[in-house]
Amino acid sequence: MTDGTDGDMADDTIRDTVGDAAIDGDAATTADAATDDGFGRSGVRRAQRAAVAETSEGAQELSTRRETSPDELRREVGAVLRIPEGGVVDTADIDLERPTDETMIINMGPQHPSTHGVLRLMLELDGETVLRTKPVIGYLHTGMEKTGEELTYVQGATNVTRMDYISPLTNELVFSLATEALLDVELPPRAVWIRMLMSELQRVSSHLMWMATNGMDLGSTSMMIYGFREREMILAFFEKTTGLRMNHNYIRPGGVAADLPDGWEDDIEVICDTVLRRTYEYDELLTGQPIFRERMEGVGSITAEEAIALSLTGPILRSTGVPWDLRRSMPYLTYAKLDFDVIVGTYGDNFDRYAIRLNEIRESIGLVREIVERMPPGDYRVQDRKVTPPPRARIDESMEALIHHFKIFTEGFRVPEGEVYAAIESPRGEIGCYMVSDGTAKPYRMHIRGPSFVNLQAVPTMLRGGLIADAIATLSSVDPIMGEVDR
Amino acid sequence: MSPEEASQAAPAAAGPSPSDAPAAHAAPSVSQAPVPSQSPVLSPLPDVQTSPGRWASEIAFPPRERYHDLVAAYKASGFEQLSDVTAVDYLTHPGRELPPGVEPERFEVVANLLSLSQTRRVRVRVQVPADDPVVDTLYDLYPGAEAMEREVFDFFGIRFTGHPDLTRILMPEDWEGHPLRKDYGVGRVPVQFKEAPGPR
Repeated sequence: MTDGTDGDMADDTIRDTVGDAAIDGDAATTADAATDDGFGRSGVRRAQRAAVAETSEGAQELSTRRETSPDELRREVGAVLRIPEGGVVDTADIDLERPTDETMIINMGPQHPSTHGVLRLMLELDGETVLRTKPVIGYLHTGMEKTGEELTYVQGATNVTRMDYISPLTNELVFSLATEALLDVELPPRAVWIRMLMSELQRVSSHLMWMATNGMDLGSTSMMIYGFREREMILAFFEKTTGLRMNHNYIRPGGVAADLPDGWEDDIEVICDTVLRRTYEYDELLTGQPIFRERMEGVGSITAEEAIALSLTGPILRSTGVPWDLRRSMPYLTYAKLDFDVIVGTYGDNFDRYAIRLNEIRESIGLVREIVERMPPGDYRVQDRKVTPPPRARIDESMEALIHHFKIFTEGFRVPEGEVYAAIESPRGEIGCYMVSDGTAKPYRMHIRGPSFVNLQAVPTMLRGGLIADAIATLSSVDPIMGEVDR
Repeated sequence: MSPEEASQAAPAAAGPSPSDAPAAHAAPSVSQAPVPSQSPVLSPLPDVQTSPGRWASEIAFPPRERYHDLVAAYKASGFEQLSDVTAVDYLTHPGRELPPGVEPERFEVVANLLSLSQTRRVRVRVQVPADDPVVDTLYDLYPGAEAMEREVFDFFGIRFTGHPDLTRILMPEDWEGHPLRKDYGVGRVPVQFKEAPGPR
């Protein structure tokens, strides 16, 4: 069992084992890489070196993979069909028409600490098994679509940024893209690349937030602290760039509000290095951990057909094996020029959604690095005085600049008549903005298709036949942001 | 795509232009919208108008009684997913411009369909009169329409025949009126001045 290796190579072996777990995790969740013997053999080859590993709790003996049976190995990498504890119930056997005195209806929320905001779930239970679920929403409704009709296009980004408060820049982006499509304005390349940079950082920060809350929902308080710690680095960069940690109003029709701050490349380098390194710590903490896998694998699964029929998008759709990512499928901004992988799962369960989000953090960091390398010089907003205000210095020199500035901030700019549905990939799925203009400075109708709102419809399907104890884990893996659900 | 390629190749002139003349771009600008599909405009039903729209989608204007048929035909021709259902209240624009043969009505229900296999979108806009705001539901074709149609009912009072649970979704159950209609005020809290008579 032991090959007589000692503490000298301890660091290497630990890194190797972690690397193994990460690579195997990828292979299990990446459909095109899931050839049976492909990862099996390479896994065996790599693991033979690790026998005794020096860990923080002393030397740990590791059995070689050779001694593990193939069945066990496949189960370890998630290649066998995952059946959760609650999955022993065949959902086809559930008799929904039974007398109501045999079942129990309990209300979870709206003030339950684990429902990610004010969401209420009405659960019909037979013992511990969930039969039917009805999400009751609207507790956070603030009439943002109605408000949006009263605000000019200049003010509008401030309104929509408060919808999905975990990824505000995505909301601003879709609003700005819809407005620019109506205006028929094209942006200088730097503005577009800054937008991509910010939305990828936003995706990292949103997924980190999800990792944190998901860890919390499963009882891993350390993951919550770690997730928030890493997210805070990105928020600090956002604050430096936009002036605010959240609700930035940074991406506006016509470009972005300000150029990137001095030394932004160094800040991003630090963020990328740190977060990427720490995703491997999360692997150690969660991915390979048996309790975590028990609670995630096979729980809350959904099929690709159900996901498409229920209009689900984002990580939930991709977890079922459908490689649908708007950045790749219908590339907006200049994503067509970037190189990245679309992460897909196989089983559509909680673990696949976890693995997709974790790996999307890594992909996004790769994207951020590529964007930093290729960031074009130039202007950060379109130099069209009818859309964007003049530079501050010009106001002191030019009467016209002063007039333009005044006009833009008092009455806004007029947008030609028309309607558009712009859709982009938010961390939660497809966020769309349907905008109708009647030629005035305010949108006649501004509708946001919130991915959380639509994805919440999956909860009854996912919970059905599962255990009540898994409801929180499943709900968490849907990642609903109530500000966006209720708008 | 060609302007994007050009902008990628040519290094942009550095720094913002000092002049504030409009359209004096320092670098060739970039299109941000997805590239529209090259194939001709779809028409699963020959008698329904279709026209190209912005952001790589096509627009169809079916009459109200053919709305469900049209969406079913689109679904059969590969539009697997319903992205969004919403509505617009054109109360203040009664005579707006629409393609020939389409009679403008007060409400318009807008359904955005998405084809994952062909990566294209189509938008179905159906006119709904104010005195009879009823259209067929899409729930039987796309179960995902459930919450979206409830939202439209909640905000516009448009009823969807065949919907399994057409109740309010975001507003309180006992709310009166439909807030996104144009004749529904935004509502405001009266300003309390120091000198003004109080509520009592």
